[in-house]
Parts: sequence; C-alpha cells; structure tokens
Amino acid sequence: MSLYYLSKLMFDLNRDEAVKARFAEDASRVVGNYALTEEERGAVLDGDIGLLYVLGVNGQLLMHYAALLGVEWSDYLQRMRDGVKQHGPVRAGIYALTTSPDEKVAG
Amino acid sequence: MSLVFAGVCSHAPGITGREDRAPKELRDGLYAGYERMREDLWATKPDALIVLAAEHFANFFMDNMPPFALGMGDAYDGPIEDVDWLRIPKRTVRGDAALSQKLIKQVLQTVDVAYCEEWKFDHGIMVPLHFLDPDNRLTIIPGNINCQGPPLTPLHRAWALGEALRQAADSVPQRIALVGTGGISHWPATPDSGRIDEAWDRDFLDRWTRNDKAALLSYTDEQTYAEAGQGGFEIRTFIATAAAAGGQGKVGFYAPIPIYAVGCTTATMEIA
Ligand SMILES: [Fe+2]
Repeated sequence: MSLYYLSKLMFDLNRDEAVKARFAEDASRVVGNYALTEEERGAVLDGDIGLLYVLGVNGQLLMHYAALLGVEWSDYLQRMRDGVKQHGPVRAGIYALTTSPDEKVAG
Repeated sequence: MSLVFAGVCSHAPGITGREDRAPKELRDGLYAGYERMREDLWATKPDALIVLAAEHFANFFMDNMPPFALGMGDAYDGPIEDVDWLRIPKRTVRGDAALSQKLIKQVLQTVDVAYCEEWKFDHGIMVPLHFLDPDNRLTIIPGNINCQGPPLTPLHRAWALGEALRQAADSVPQRIALVGTGGISHWPATPDSGRIDEAWDRDFLDRWTRNDKAALLSYTDEQTYAEAGQGGFEIRTFIATAAAAGGQGKVGFYAPIPIYAVGCTTATMEIA
C-alpha cells in the first residue's frame, strides 16, 4: 500500500502545471516517479476513478483529478459508486462510502 | 485596535460551481444570507479580514502538515481550482505582510502556528471572498486549520487558536475582522455528497450561537466522523471563531442544500 505516494501524485497533478503538462505528454513516465503498486499505477493510467476511490484517495484530491480528466460532477459520483460495486469497500482514508452503492444522494 | 467583526460561513465549491442546480428559493436565500453578512462585515470598516479556513490540499499536504497556519504575504492568488469548475474568476488578493508578522508574533505567545509567505487560495477561502468581497478591495490574511489529513489538532486547540487570534487582533492598531469557513455535517467529494444531517447541524449551531465552550468542545472526532462525516471535522473553524468573538451568535441563514453538498450557513457573532 503506497497510498501516500498515490495521493502525492494526485496532489502534484492537481497543483503543478508542469507536472500536468508532462503527464499529458507521457503519463507512464510521470507515474514512474512515484513508488506505486501495480494496481495503483494501473488505476492512474486507466483514469479509473472508481478504483482510485476504493484505494483511499482523499476526495478533495480525487474530485479535481476527475475534473482534470473531464469527468462531470454527477458522473464522478456515479463512478465512485461503481468502483465500490466492482472492487469492494474503500480500503483506507476518511472518504468511505456511508450509503448503499445503489443509492443516489444528490446530483 | 481590536477585533471588530466575527462570523462564519460555508465554503463548499458547489455553492458557486453548481449554483444553478439548486432549487431557486434555496439558492436565493443563501445568496441573500451572504449579502447580509457582507453588509454587516463592511459596516465594521475592517482594515484587514482574517479568513480562517480548512483548506483542501491547496498548500498543505501530508509531507509537512501544519495543524495551524497563517499567511504572511503581501499578495495571494486564487482560486487554485479550474475557473470553469468553480466559476470564480482568478484574482490577486492584497495581503499585508507587516500586519501578519505582528499578529503571528502575538499568536505564538500561546499557540504554535506555521507562517507562510506564499499561499494559494482554494474554495475554502475563495467562495467566502467571492460573496464577502466581490470587488476584491479588502486586505486579507489567510489562516488554516488542518481538517483534512488526520491526525487532526484537538478541538480545544482550535479554541486556543481562536483566543490567540483575539489577543493578537486586540494588540494591533488596525481594525480586524475574522471569518471562519467550513461545513458542519457533510460528506463532500464522496459518493454521499449531499448527505446532510440537519438535526446535527442545528444542534451544533445552537451550541455555537450560545457560545457554549464545554458543549462545543465535547465532540470526539470518532463521533463527528460517524455522525457528521469527514466534512464535519471543519467545525474547528467555527469553534475557533467562537473563541475569538466571545459573544452570542446569530444565524443569518441555514438550509441543507444537497446539490451544494452542505447545510449552507451564514452566521455572525457579537464581540464580547
Ligand atoms: Fe471544506
């Protein structure tokens, strides 16, 4: 589990224009600079919001990464629910799902 | 001169970013609440406004996370978010490094606080400023309480920070205003975004308006997380503001607005 570095990558991508530009050019090279597990690496490279959520990325980082990928708000919420259905409950962090994966709260 | 104004308000990015997706009467009520708060704030003729927020990894990250931080720059930029996402234009905000230094020196008498000569504003500060200072005319000093990356500072230390800010404000010749920003119960940026416990919020606001220190400090983080979500950790900013003001509070507006992801709140407090 290298959630800290996965989160750090999200943080850098959200906040640093140079990292963002390098990521757009060659994502796997940027991702290679962070000590991630294969699963984490794959989740980033696939833009798999649901899996990133389940891995425990803080929502305040993940929602901006989703926006960066062009994922609209309601779709972002749905992808996290789908992630829990597919991969099981959130494994770490303080952004766990508290309702049923089939529920829709708002938006 | 002294602390001349104290208030609290919500800072959820949906308030601006998803403005048009809420029922119109709720949106209008909230926006009118901010407008009344803006009038109350400006009526006190503040020389500087401290915005005490709970930011979301705009500046501070788990590599080096200060429980408390205060800005010490002559200028700050924001918002850090995509402008189309937050729907708040970029601005450069005027700071006052010399005033910050004086305040920080005083705060340090009782509370260890990190100082920051650079600071980028995220929605935690920009949403309140968008309403309270629409023309970008105020001098702003940003403050932060870590409410995102546990371990978090205990509530009684948030109270101590509020008292320290009050002593600092009272020690300088300028007229200082303070606005705490954050949410009460909410689960932002999770799939539960929009979940709000109105009863929990109203109970919290009751303790806050009475400025009941013991009741405000009696929550545990375990209880807050279970009952009010991870967003509930932001009550620290409201608690610090109550400690600074010392008087009785008055809620200007409160209503759960699920698409904005929070029980939207504006409130002011007497300086006592
Ligand atoms: Fe927040």
